[in-house]
Amino acid sequence: MTIDRDRTLRWMELFAESMAAHRQELVALDTAIGDGDHGTNMNRGMQKVREKLEAAASEQTDPSAVLKTVAMTLISTVGGAAGPLYGTLFLELGKGLAGQSEIDLPTYAAAWRKAAEGVQARAKAEPNDKTMLDALLPAVVALEQAPDLNTALRASTEAAEQGMLATTPLVARKGRASYLGERSAGHQDPGATSTFYLFQSAEQALTS
Amino acid sequence: MKKLINDPEQVVADALRGIESAHGDRLRVSYEPMMIVRADAPVAGKVGLVSGGGSGHEPLHGGFVGPGMLDAACPGEIFTSPTPDQMYEATKAVDGGAGVVHIVKNYTGDVLNFEMAADLARADGIEVETILTNDDVAVEDSLYTAGRRGVGVTVLVEKIAGAAAAAGKSLHDVAEIGRQVNAHGRSMGMALTPCITPASGQPSFELEDDEVEIGIGIHGEPGRFKEKITPGRVASQIAERLLQPIIEDLPFNSGDRVLALVNGMGGTPLIELYIVYAEVARIAAEHGLTIERNLVGNYITSLEMQGCSITLLKLDDELSHYWDAPVNTPGLRWGA
Repeated sequence: MTIDRDRTLRWMELFAESMAAHRQELVALDTAIGDGDHGTNMNRGMQKVREKLEAAASEQTDPSAVLKTVAMTLISTVGGAAGPLYGTLFLELGKGLAGQSEIDLPTYAAAWRKAAEGVQARAKAEPNDKTMLDALLPAVVALEQAPDLNTALRASTEAAEQGMLATTPLVARKGRASYLGERSAGHQDPGATSTFYLFQSAEQALTS
Repeated sequence: MKKLINDPEQVVADALRGIESAHGDRLRVSYEPMMIVRADAPVAGKVGLVSGGGSGHEPLHGGFVGPGMLDAACPGEIFTSPTPDQMYEATKAVDGGAGVVHIVKNYTGDVLNFEMAADLARADGIEVETILTNDDVAVEDSLYTAGRRGVGVTVLVEKIAGAAAAAGKSLHDVAEIGRQVNAHGRSMGMALTPCITPASGQPSFELEDDEVEIGIGIHGEPGRFKEKITPGRVASQIAERLLQPIIEDLPFNSGDRVLALVNGMGGTPLIELYIVYAEVARIAAEHGLTIERNLVGNYITSLEMQGCSITLLKLDDELSHYWDAPVNTPGLRWGA
C-alpha cells in the first residue's frame, strides 16, 4: 500500500470539493471569532489549485511535484494567514516526499512531521493557542503511531477531528481571534476545521 | 444586502479599474498581481515605500500613493491580506537603489505575507526594512495575543515616513522615523453598526439599537465590549470612552503637543465626526494637551461601518515638519 501521483491528485481534487462544500461553514466559524474570510479564501485558493493542476498536468510527475504546485498556488492566491501557513505546509510536505513516485507510511509520516514543524515555525504558535496546529499536531502523531497506511489515514482523520473539536473551549492566543480574549472561547477554530477537512479528504483519496 | 457593486467576486479588481480611470495620469495600476504604483516609480536614489493590506479600508492604502507618501500599495481581497507575489513585485517596481520600506499593520496575515515578500526581495539584493504599526490600545499587548493591531497611526506613518523619504533620508532613517511615529501614537475605535462584506453578505456582529461596540478593529471584528449609549450625550460619551485609554496608555502628559486624528469608519457623516472632534478638543484641553495638527475625515475605514476611531500622536518639531511637507495623493493632498 503506497501513495502515488494519481492518488495525490485525487486528494487535492477532493480537498478542493470539500472547501467548496464547506465554504459557508468556515465563513460562519471565522465570522464568530475572526474576520469571516477563511472559507472564501480557502475555496478561492483550492479552485485555483484545481485549474493549475489541470493546466500543467504534464509537470505533475510525482506526489512531490503535485504538492509543490499546490503550495505555490495557495501562497499566491489565498492571502490572510492561511495562505503562507497552508503554503508552508504543502511546501514542506512536498520536500519530504521529493524524488519518490511510491510513498510508504514512514516516509509519509516523516514528511508530515516536517510540514507541522514548518507551520509551527511560521505561525510562532504553540499547541492550545486555538489554531490549525491543534488539529495538525495530533493527526501527525496518529500517522507516526499507526502500523499501516490505511489505519494511519483513518487514525489521523479521527485525531484531527478530536483536535478540532477540542479548540472550542480554548481562548485564542494567536491570529485575529486572540484580540477577542475570553470572548473567543466557545467557538470552534476555523483553521483547525479546514485542517480536519484536509485529513478527511486524504483518507478518502489515499486509502486502498 | 444592497451595495453599489457588480460581481461580489470582482469587487477589488473593479475598484482598481475605477482608480486607474480616475488617477491614471498619476498612478499605474497592475492587475496581475494587483498593485497601485506611482506613475514615475522608481524614483532614483529615493527610498521606496510599500504598504498594503486587505481592501475595504479605502482610502488606505491605495489612496495614499503619490509624491510625499507611498510609492506603491498592494490591495488584498476585502479584509484579507495581500499575497507575497504582490509585495515582491511592488518592491521591485519602486526600488530606486536606496532600498525599500514595508509599512505593515500588525495582523498575523499581513505580517506573514510581507515577511515572505521581504525574503524574496532580499534574495534579489534589495534592502528591505519593515515598520510594523500596532497602535490599538483596545487590544492587550501581551505574549498571549497576536499583539496590538495596527490602525489609525498607519495613516500618519505613511505620511511622515513618506515625507522623510521625499526629503532624501536614508533607508535606516526613514524606517526609524516611521517607527518613532508608531511608538508615539495610540488609537482606539468604536462602531455604531457592523459592516457587511460582499462575500459573506452578513453583518459581522449584532448590536441592539441602544448599544455600541467599543474597541473594534477595522475588519468588522467585534470589539472588547458592548455598551449602552446615553441619549443626549452620545458623542461626548464616546469621545471620553476612546480618549481616556489612549491618554493613559502612552501616557500623554500635560504640556504635550499632539496631532489628533478623528477618523470615520466609512458610514458616519462628516458632521458627526466634527461633533466628535469638538469633544476631543475639549477633553485634550482638560488634560493640558495642545492639538497642534489635526485631521478629520474617513482615512482608514471598514466598508460601510458607522463609527469612528481616535488617534493621538505626540509631536516634536521634526514630526510636525514632515507632517506639513507637501503631499499629492488621491486621498491626502496639500502644499503640492
